[in-house]
Formats: sequence, C-alpha cells, structure tokens
Amino acid sequence: MNNSSEEIDQGRRGFLGAAAGVASMTLAPGVLLHTIASADPRSERVTDAVRYGMLIDTTRCAEGCTACVTACNQENGLDLQQMPASMDPEKWDRQEARWIRKIKLEDNLTGRVTNLPMMCQHCEHPPCVDVCPTGASFKRSDGIVLVDRHLCIGCRYCMMACPYKARSFIHAEVEEKLTLAPRGKGCVESCNLCVHRRDNGETSTACADACAAQGHHAIIFGDLKNPESTLSKALAAMPSRQIRENLALNTGVRYSGV
Amino acid sequence: MKRIVYREWRLSPQRYWALLAGLAAIAGIGGLAFWYMEHQGHWVTGMNNEVVWGMPHIFAVFLIVAASGALNIASIGTVFGKSTYQPLGRFSALLAVALLIGGLMVLVLDLGRPDRLIVAMTSYNFRSIFAWNVILYSGFVAIVVAYLVTMVDRGFRGYYKAAGTFAFVWRLLLTTGTGSIFGFIVARQAFDTAVLAPMFIVMSFLYGLAIFMLVLMFAFSQDQRPLGPFIIKRLKGLMGIFISAVLLFILIYFLTKLYGAQNYDLVSFYLVSGGRYTLAFWFGWVILGLLAPFGILFHPALGQDRRWIAGACGLVVLGGLASMYVIIIGGQAFPMALFPGKTLLESGFHDGVGGQIAAYAPSMPEFLLGLGGVAVALIITAVGVRALQFLPESLADKDVDPHAAVKA
Ligand code: SF4
Ligand code: SF4
Repeated sequence: MNNSSEEIDQGRRGFLGAAAGVASMTLAPGVLLHTIASADPRSERVTDAVRYGMLIDTTRCAEGCTACVTACNQENGLDLQQMPASMDPEKWDRQEARWIRKIKLEDNLTGRVTNLPMMCQHCEHPPCVDVCPTGASFKRSDGIVLVDRHLCIGCRYCMMACPYKARSFIHAEVEEKLTLAPRGKGCVESCNLCVHRRDNGETSTACADACAAQGHHAIIFGDLKNPESTLSKALAAMPSRQIRENLALNTGVRYSGV
Repeated sequence: MKRIVYREWRLSPQRYWALLAGLAAIAGIGGLAFWYMEHQGHWVTGMNNEVVWGMPHIFAVFLIVAASGALNIASIGTVFGKSTYQPLGRFSALLAVALLIGGLMVLVLDLGRPDRLIVAMTSYNFRSIFAWNVILYSGFVAIVVAYLVTMVDRGFRGYYKAAGTFAFVWRLLLTTGTGSIFGFIVARQAFDTAVLAPMFIVMSFLYGLAIFMLVLMFAFSQDQRPLGPFIIKRLKGLMGIFISAVLLFILIYFLTKLYGAQNYDLVSFYLVSGGRYTLAFWFGWVILGLLAPFGILFHPALGQDRRWIAGACGLVVLGGLASMYVIIIGGQAFPMALFPGKTLLESGFHDGVGGQIAAYAPSMPEFLLGLGGVAVALIITAVGVRALQFLPESLADKDVDPHAAVKA
C-alpha cells in the first residue's frame, strides 16, 4: 500500500516522463480503474504552470499557538512516531521527525517580538536537491520539494545543506504510518506542502486550515504564479521577505512582519 | 645508488597471524557495531537531526583524506623525480588504497540505508559533489593500481611517469572534492568557504605522511630491515613543512572568517567560548596535534630517537582526528544564523535558543565502527606487504642516499 502511493509521486516527477507509464502499470487495479473513470488530478502530469507557496503573516501568528504543528503532525502521521523504549526522552526530542516548528524571536535593537512557523521553504534553487547524490531529493514542476524514499540512501547530506534545518532523518523503526506519508528507518523527509492534497485536487494545507480554524489566518497557501490567487493578492498587498534572503534561493514560503 | 630489491614482509608466521588476528578482531567488533546500529536504527547513535554527521564521519573523512596524503610519497618520487622517495613508491600506493577502502567502508556502513548502495552506484545526480566523489574515489583506486603496475612491471615502465603524474593530479582533485563537501555548504557558517578545499589538501599531506611513517617504521622494525637516518630525516623535514602549512591554513581560515562581521560569533565559538570544541581545537588539534609533534621532531635529542618520532606521528594522527571533530561536529553544533540581528526566545526544535549549541555525544558503536575502518585499512596493508613485494629490502643510507656512497 505504501508502495503504491510512492509510485504515484515518482510517476508525477515532472522530469521523469517515462516513469509515469511504469507507475500506472504497477498501481493496484482498483486505482487504475478509478483513474480512468474520473478526471482525477492524479492522472494528470504535474506542470510548471503553477508554483505552490505560502505567505506567513507573522503579525497574525499567535504566541503560544501550535495549531499548525499539531495539524501537520496528524495529517502526515508524525504523531504516530514512537520513542524506542529505554531511550532518553531528551535525545528523542532531537531525533524525532518534525516538519514544522514554531519559533519566537526578539529583535535585538527594537525588542519587537515575532512568532512564526518554520518549515521547508520549498526553494526554487534547493541546496538539498543540489547535493543529493542519488537524486532522491527533487523538485516537482509545481515547485514542491520532496524526497523519493526509494532512492534515498540516508546519507543526510541534504540535511547538512538545508539552510533552514527543515529536514528530518528517521532514526528508529516506524511501526505505524499513513499511506499518504510513508516513512521508514534510514530515510530523510520534510514538509511536502501536503502533496497528497495537491494530488487530490484540494486547495489548502493542513497547517493553513488549522491556523484559519483558530481564527488567526496567519498562513495563506496557494499558487504563486496565478495573479488571481489569494496568495498572490496578499503578496502584492503587503511587504514580505524570504528568510536568509542572502542565499538567493527564491523560497516558495514568504514571511511578512519579520 | 644501488638497485632497489623488494621483498615480501618476512615476519615470523606466529607474529604475522597474531597481528592479523588482532586486527581482524577489531574489524569484527566494528562489524558488530555496524550490525547493531543498522538493525536498531540510528537512534542508538549520538547523532540527531541537528548534528547529522557524527563519529563515523570523523573516521571516514580522516581516512579518506589520509589516503590521498599517503600517496604523496610516491608522487614526490615520480612527479618531482626525487629518487630518494622512489623505493617507497609501491608501499605508498598500497597504503593509499588501503586507507581509502577503510574510510569508504565506514562511510557506506553509516548510511541510513546501506542496503541501497546499488542505488548510489546506479543513480547519479551530477550536481552533487557527493556523486562526483563516488567517481573520484573509485577512479583513485583504479588509477593507483595502474600506477603500481607501472612501478612493478618492467613492461609498463614507460608509463611510470605518466601514471604517477595522473595519480597525483587525481588525488589533488579527490581531496578538493572531499574538502568541497564541506566548503560548498552555504547553509552553515563554519563550512561556507572555499578555503576548506586547499586546507583539506594540506591536511591530507600531513595525516597521510604521519600514518605512512608509523606503518613504515613498524614494518621495518618487525622485519629488522635497515631504515637509515637519511630517509627518516627527509620524512621528518617533510612533516615539518606540512605542519607549518596546516597552521598557516588554520590562520587563513580564521582571517577569512573574521573578514565578515557576521562571523565574529563563529570565530569566538571556535577560539574561546565553544566549550569542548574550543578545547578540541586548541589542545587536540593545535597543541597536541601540531605544535607538540613539531617540537619533538626538531628537538636536538628527541628528534633523533625513533620512539619519539613514532610518538610524534601518533600525535599528528590523534590531532588529525581532533581536527575532524572540530570541523565536522563543531561546524554542525554552531547554531545556524536563521535570523541575523534577532535573538531566539523559543523554538520547537532547539535552533540555538539562548545561544545553545547543538548537542552531540558520540556513542560507543559509532566509535567502534570507525576503528573497524582503521583495522580494515591495516589488514589490507599487512596482507599486501606480506604477500607481494611492496617493501624495499633495505632503506639504509648507503642504499637510498645518493651522497652516502660518495661520503663513505
Ligand atoms: S528549505 Fe531545505 S529542505 Fe526545503 S527546499 Fe530548501 S533546502 Fe530543501
Ligand atoms: S539523505 Fe537521502 S535525500 Fe538526503 S541527500 Fe542523501 S540520498 Fe538524498
């Protein structure tokens, strides 16, 4: 089961044209039927007509609120991770996979305090992809940066290279996992902008939904290339910046108010 | 100069097998450590999502760097035509290949998915320096073996110089590649500088030479072959130059870093406030690993004593491991500057809140895996010199020193 969902991702790699055919061959018959019967976005190739991204309005990000983190953990099965028995919880805290984290900052000069969530920034020029020896780290045509878990050899070079510390290595055996976010000992993973939702035609991410449900609306998800999207309009209306702008990575996640 | 005669290592069988058994035991323990970490997962190691490369990388990078340095002796003989070093060429090449294999083994066995090695060999991303290194490493082994053939087989003698020069250029590329693994990481302040590539080259000269001298002196003394003061003096002199060069590069590294105000914290972390990393830098690398051996080697009395010379080489090796610890672990432990000009008050994933450096405490299995790699390198060397004619019969002054015959 895990395999099939990964094959789909592989098949949707924009630059792996041939793989698409192979992938649909290896899918379970039921899935294939489904694909033919309806115009499922899964059956369409990912194109670069869109580029997914986010705007984090830090002025709306509430202190002490971790709704986005909790939602991400549930959506992607991160909450199913189990600390190995006999392990020091403090060590586990540094080894447990995290896709998104809350950060609280104070400006040294002005003392202004800012809260924000930090996750994979889905760089246009991702250092993690550059350094990955096998090509397991890759960027889809729609700008989402992913790890192909069949190709990842667990060298962790991508983690060395990511300027946002956005990636996690799976240190221990994983008993329970979700089909949509399979994880296995010895591979690397990170925020994938809820790629399964993209491929089901849904229009938001778990974190953005959770933030909105709390009434904060600090996370706007959408298509950076579509000038009519809520995201593009918000970006046009308010000043925003990239974290570690000097690295010129052209991140897909932008922040305002930092 | 007389014609050099090469002979297999004629150690008594008991000693030889005892030595091999000892090394095999260490390698075996390393294998068990690997099996344990692989079976359990990396949670039993000290590595985590902040410090992602740990003790195995210290050993692996050290051995790989030393491998290319060990070939230096052969290169000096071939490329720069120094006939004194030519009798050592075969042994130098053997040691280089052995160290590289030992180092690569550690690297591969520390992968999260070592079972996918075949993926690493069949699926390349040519933008990755890592992928380039896979080619550089395997190429190194092939080229050095070819180079060895030109040294040993008269029929290929005509290619000796060409092969030696090619191997020399290749090993420079290789160490540049290894240094660049770190040098091209823009994300981390400690790494983001091109100086690391040449710095790794001079470190490779030094560490490779230290291991070379240690193994050479051991092999010769076990077999009671003459090793004259002339060659030792030459090697010592070379080591002095390399130690000075490493010191110079340390200085250049910090001066480069100090050029940007954003790196003041990093420099002070290494030099003053970094706790165990500062300690490892000053005492492990600079004092024990560079200044002390320099002092011993050029001390009028101690510098003449073989045991002290061997001790100095041992210190250089330990200092080399300390340097890897400082560079590799220290570079990761120092928090990334995600938000310059701001202070981190809280974070869901450490990130250096309150100036905290990332935690890493190496675990025993990691250390044992690293030692296993060293043992494998030494096994290859021991079997090689025992089975084939790698070592010259004599390195007495009259056999290697072009002037000794005249003087006598
Ligand atoms: S934030 Fe890190 S993991 Fe995400 S794309 Fe950029 S470099 Fe890769
Ligand atoms: S850990 Fe996996 S994804 Fe990361 S660089 Fe290595 S092979 Fe690529």
